[in-house]
Amino acid sequence: MKASPTDVLTGIYYIDGDVAAGYGALAAGCKLVAGYPITPSTEAFEAMCRRGPQVGTVFIQMEDEFGSISAVLGAVWSGVKSMTITSGPGYSLMMESIGFGAMLETPFVLLNIQRGGPSTGVPTKTGQADMMQSRWGSHGDYELIAISPDSPQEMFDYTIKAFNLAEKYRCPVMIMSDECVGHMTEKVVIPEADKIEIEPRRFYKGPPEEYLPFSPDPDLVPKIAKAGDGLGLYITGRVHDERGYPVKNEEFKAKYVRRLVDKIRLNKDKIIELKEESTDDADVVVVSYGISSRVAVKGVEIARQKGIKVGTLRLVTVWPFPDEKIIDLAKKVKAFVVPEINYGQIVFDVARCCHGQANVVLIPHGGAGVHNPLDISDAIESAAKEDKKIEGVVEFKTRLEKIVFERGLKIKE
Amino acid sequence: MKAKETKMKEIHSAPSKKGEIHPMENLLRMDRMPHIWCPSCGIGLAVTAFASALEKANMDPNMVSIVSGIGCTGRVAGYVKLDSFHTTHGRPIAFGTGIRVANPKIKVVVFSGDGDLIAIGGNHFIHAARRNIDMLVVCVNNFIYAMTGGQVAPTTPLAAYATTSPYGCVEPPFNIPYIADSSGAVYVARWTTLHVRRLINSLAEALQKKGFSVVEVISPCGMYYSRINKLGDGLDMMKFYHDNVEIRHGEDTKNLDIGFQTKIICGKFVDRERPSYMERYNQWLSGVKGGSRDEG
Repeated sequence: MKASPTDVLTGIYYIDGDVAAGYGALAAGCKLVAGYPITPSTEAFEAMCRRGPQVGTVFIQMEDEFGSISAVLGAVWSGVKSMTITSGPGYSLMMESIGFGAMLETPFVLLNIQRGGPSTGVPTKTGQADMMQSRWGSHGDYELIAISPDSPQEMFDYTIKAFNLAEKYRCPVMIMSDECVGHMTEKVVIPEADKIEIEPRRFYKGPPEEYLPFSPDPDLVPKIAKAGDGLGLYITGRVHDERGYPVKNEEFKAKYVRRLVDKIRLNKDKIIELKEESTDDADVVVVSYGISSRVAVKGVEIARQKGIKVGTLRLVTVWPFPDEKIIDLAKKVKAFVVPEINYGQIVFDVARCCHGQANVVLIPHGGAGVHNPLDISDAIESAAKEDKKIEGVVEFKTRLEKIVFERGLKIKE
Repeated sequence: MKAKETKMKEIHSAPSKKGEIHPMENLLRMDRMPHIWCPSCGIGLAVTAFASALEKANMDPNMVSIVSGIGCTGRVAGYVKLDSFHTTHGRPIAFGTGIRVANPKIKVVVFSGDGDLIAIGGNHFIHAARRNIDMLVVCVNNFIYAMTGGQVAPTTPLAAYATTSPYGCVEPPFNIPYIADSSGAVYVARWTTLHVRRLINSLAEALQKKGFSVVEVISPCGMYYSRINKLGDGLDMMKFYHDNVEIRHGEDTKNLDIGFQTKIICGKFVDRERPSYMERYNQWLSGVKGGSRDEG
């Protein structure tokens, strides 16, 4: 299915990542956006409010993040595509309803413009420390999809992709962007509507009396319906059977929750998108995502000038994690270097998949800034020289950390 | 005890006699009976009254969605044969807002308890009233958190006992009609589960009302509230309602506080007109459509 021409604001723009994501959502056919203002994500919500009336998208600023995500879920069950936008503390508040959305197999998109944490942290500056929260933040077993764009153009493109994945797999999709990408202003090309592929909702079309809202198709994803279809839906966050009726025995729990997890795990190949470059004969592979992958480009360039064979693997899809790819590369390379703006999150999944076959180096960053490309090139260089196998994750000492901890930090007035 | 349970189950799941249909079968999910509510609980009465009101108001069941949160009353959505949504704790009003705003053809009914709507979901309650979202909120108030075993609620009367107020409740309770009124609800009424006929009329009226309507239903909780406060069983509570309820239509909502075993004032307190959220939204939209600022 192609995008509707009225939804797509075709043209060439010079806009920031937040606004691009907002326009991407409108192009994807998002018809209700509910949000709550929070830096640095607000511009995306504002852009959708401003352009909403032109494309027939309803917007509502709710009283809190619980409200905005709940309204989004309600809207989806009313039959429309819907999205919410948040950051840091707001994301934490939404956790319960993310699990609720996963449990109801509700297709919706959540844009998280990550900022420095924990708590209020550094609200106006960047961070990548919500990555594990996006995977494990809500209680119980569930799987969802998270993607991490690295430019305003990608914010547009991957917001559309996020909606498509949500519809296809009936699950929450997180766009795990960050303040740098959100506030970075670049050229964004919005193509004509007929160049944009849209995944239609998997509505049930059979006889009403035969409808089972949670009876899956062969790809493990059930057909969806909406309020007002006359099907007498029963939708609950309790573990339920195929009719949607609550059940509390372990057999059903095993059957239902297993499918919730498997519909993502077994469709991994179709979901995961990676950008891989020069890994064939590489000694070191830099694994990165989001803004860190933009910064890594320079670091890799410097290392290559020194004659080191470096490949790059960019995780466009962070969750589900590309285990097989890392397992495969670990057999061939000496080391992985993982720059991320946190004290180790995705790096531990890289290490998990390595099985000790390659060294794993973390280049940490506390947030409120991005990596120094020289740290990335130095880390690549030392990883390439290292001949010993080192167990666990090695933490690279960055210039910033040396300044702060070795020379000492003077508190300025 | 076990034998009694089995007996109850037999009665409830017994096949009906040939040609005999439960009068509410078209509105209740009979395949989910027996329900979970305890003997003497008033929630079932509230549900029956609601189902009767749906018929009385001549609502198309296909176009009504019922949304509940968590708690004893949170289970209502699961027993009513409409589009039913059993959501997270405190969020049914926000969830219902999403349903209604995305498809204004759907009538949203939020059916939940005092803890769900007034404690954890209190913020959504006042803001939905402020916006005047077109929905009916049925708030069953049993003065206690019953699902979790009888903890103190923001509606527990002063000095009443609960498991987390073992020496008597020290916090003054909320007056639900007063919050609803002052936040902008267009229809506010209170009844007890004894006043079934009046409750049905009130619910039917509220269902047809455009805007945010609130009906508080005072309900006995024989298992927790009555037991810990030594108030007798369900019948005793009904007798109490009979003797202590005063019907005062149009009473100022400020005067509707409920004390421990004091007089309960019931009636229809608010019935007024205010533009609903969607009315304002559409009116405003027709003014700005196509005229939005362009920063591209």
